[in-house]
Amino acid sequence: MSGLTLTLFAPLLGGLTLVWLRPLGLAGWFNLGVSGLTLVGSLWLAKTVAQKGILVESIAGMGFRIDAFNVYLVVLTAFVGFTTAIFSRPYMRHVCASGKISPASLRLYHSLYQAFMLTMLLALTTDNLGILWVAIEGATLATVLLVSLYRTPEAVEAAWKYFILCSVGIALALFGTVLTYFAAQHVLADPAAGLSWSALYSQAQMLNPTVMRIAFVFLLVGYGTKVGLVPMHQWLPDAHSEGPTPMSAVLSGLLLNVALYAVVRLKMLVDGSLAQTQTPQLAGILLMGFGMVSFLVAGLFLHRQRDIKRMFSYSSIEHMGLMTFAFGLGGSLATFGALLHMLVHSLTKSAIFVTVGHATHIAGTQAIDRIRGLIRTQPAVGWSLLIAVAAIAGFPPFGIFASEFLLLTATMQSQPWLTLALLSGLGIAFAGLFRYLHPMVYGQPPEGQQAVPANMIPVLIHLGLVLWLGLAIPEFLAQWLDRATQLITGTHLL
Amino acid sequence: MTLNALTLLQQFLILLAGLSLFVSFILIAQPRLVAAIHSFAWQGVLVSALTLTAAMTNQAPPLYFSAGLTLVLKGLFIPWLLHRLALRLGLEGHSETLRWPELVLLAGVFLVIFSYWLVEPMVERELIFTRNIIAVSLAVVLLGFLMMVFRTQAVAQVLGFMSMENGLFLAAVSATTGMPMVVELGVAFDVLVAAVLFGVFFFQIRESIDSLDVDRLNRLAETPDVEPMLSEEIGE
Repeated sequence: MSGLTLTLFAPLLGGLTLVWLRPLGLAGWFNLGVSGLTLVGSLWLAKTVAQKGILVESIAGMGFRIDAFNVYLVVLTAFVGFTTAIFSRPYMRHVCASGKISPASLRLYHSLYQAFMLTMLLALTTDNLGILWVAIEGATLATVLLVSLYRTPEAVEAAWKYFILCSVGIALALFGTVLTYFAAQHVLADPAAGLSWSALYSQAQMLNPTVMRIAFVFLLVGYGTKVGLVPMHQWLPDAHSEGPTPMSAVLSGLLLNVALYAVVRLKMLVDGSLAQTQTPQLAGILLMGFGMVSFLVAGLFLHRQRDIKRMFSYSSIEHMGLMTFAFGLGGSLATFGALLHMLVHSLTKSAIFVTVGHATHIAGTQAIDRIRGLIRTQPAVGWSLLIAVAAIAGFPPFGIFASEFLLLTATMQSQPWLTLALLSGLGIAFAGLFRYLHPMVYGQPPEGQQAVPANMIPVLIHLGLVLWLGLAIPEFLAQWLDRATQLITGTHLL
Repeated sequence: MTLNALTLLQQFLILLAGLSLFVSFILIAQPRLVAAIHSFAWQGVLVSALTLTAAMTNQAPPLYFSAGLTLVLKGLFIPWLLHRLALRLGLEGHSETLRWPELVLLAGVFLVIFSYWLVEPMVERELIFTRNIIAVSLAVVLLGFLMMVFRTQAVAQVLGFMSMENGLFLAAVSATTGMPMVVELGVAFDVLVAAVLFGVFFFQIRESIDSLDVDRLNRLAETPDVEPMLSEEIGE
């Protein structure tokens, strides 16, 4: 028994049990318990990694490699999974009681929730590029039925779009993986280890640069579809707006991060392979390009949304674009900023979706122009939404301000003229968010609008953490992120 | 690239790969659904035969397993499943009206040329065999992609997706000696689950739009013509 086995087996066994668990009240608690157990496992794992540096383990013939970079995402994933489970238990009970879904669908929901957590954690911990692909495709499969859970025509359409686009994207990523394996055949002593990331990384400079270059384009388009990079982002707003709200929270907070993690890992390989060629920065430039386009386009799209969940999913695309840009920029400062941004964005965005879940519950609709006067009806929800949006827009003293400030500084250092684009993008997104937020939280509530039983604990925890990270990053976390930065770029920041 | 420099065996493998590519073209242009499902089954059989030949000549026992897996999954189970679904959905006589079939086929030809162009610098000139077969498998992937773009019928889109998977498998078997076993099992599992889920979705889609023409799924498009609400409603 180790931290890793607990982290992986808790969701696996939990998911299998939840298929059969009939008492609905119990299922919600059980889901919460399993998520808690996963969180314990991930913390245990983090402790082991902190002591040993890099943990290499093998379970059932599959290699796992956990270092500072992925262990921090594992803890983040388990944590957001846990707090979302706290929110989802009463929320989904309410959805079920209101007759929107049947008890059987609720059972399916709980089971797939754990299946999704399993695929995320597997993708993060595995050392094998093939398993990484299988897990990320598995995440699509686990969530696609959840997107269509409400069975409205819109939900079915969103799910179909999600399914088709992500499957196609991910198929291209598999082609890239096959090409990487092909490049490894001539390099590694044991060709069968050709999909092991650590084996490839140690020999990265030997990999054929021409093959790796083409492979990376396929991999970037493939995994980039799941990151939500423009122009492959079409599925994201639909899936976020039509699925149940807890699902939007974990999709935005976790899935996008994991896909970006895959892109960064592969960029490390390609950088090693291209180091001696004439275009050593190719992977970085591609990431910067895709990232910047996503960042700007999503910011503009924020202005024409009429559905509150759609609006925040565009904000997710915008932030993922910013992180992709920062990873592409490279260097220790930008990478540190991007890692921090991944953390604070996940926390803030899942808090926003939880709050939005309550807001739509109060207003009885997702249409922005019919959500009014949240603060007067229910101050806790209204203020949380206001504060969370202020945090996501990059206001000090929240963590996103800190990470965006780091990113701007890094850009100023290496690509000064791009700072202008970043600043205007941030401004556009800020205007887009506040333009709609204002009437929603202030304003006159419609007749008869009533407060709902809301569980604001997850939101408070998340926003508290984001505030803490904005005021002072704790020493151990800074060291931790610094070690991850060193793994990715080879140089320390601190 | 002179093909007669290759051994007879390699020529045979390239023939099988070429036939799979040909089936991809059939899939694109075949308007009748059931016939398209049958063509897809043949593609699965061809890929499986190619894997089997590679297994026998390379003395690679894991490849026997993948050949069997491909045959069962792509040659038999998925076509059977899709066929049954087509019957249950009342689509046995269904014939789709293709948009610009000639142009799409022409685009397919360009995709094949593009694949060769892309693969050319990747593999050394001596390895004509590997080069051909990677280019062909990339072409199969891209043709599946093209099919998903131009076919609007849900079942046909799934066929496109599955033939993309065939192309990927072809690449894995021929460019390397097959993926490691865990990965192959994982991929097969994902494909299997995807096939079943697609089946579930056929029913959900038909329930919601009373048809399987996914072009009618258009409720969620961005609506530029509506002026978004401005903040006039704020009190005071």
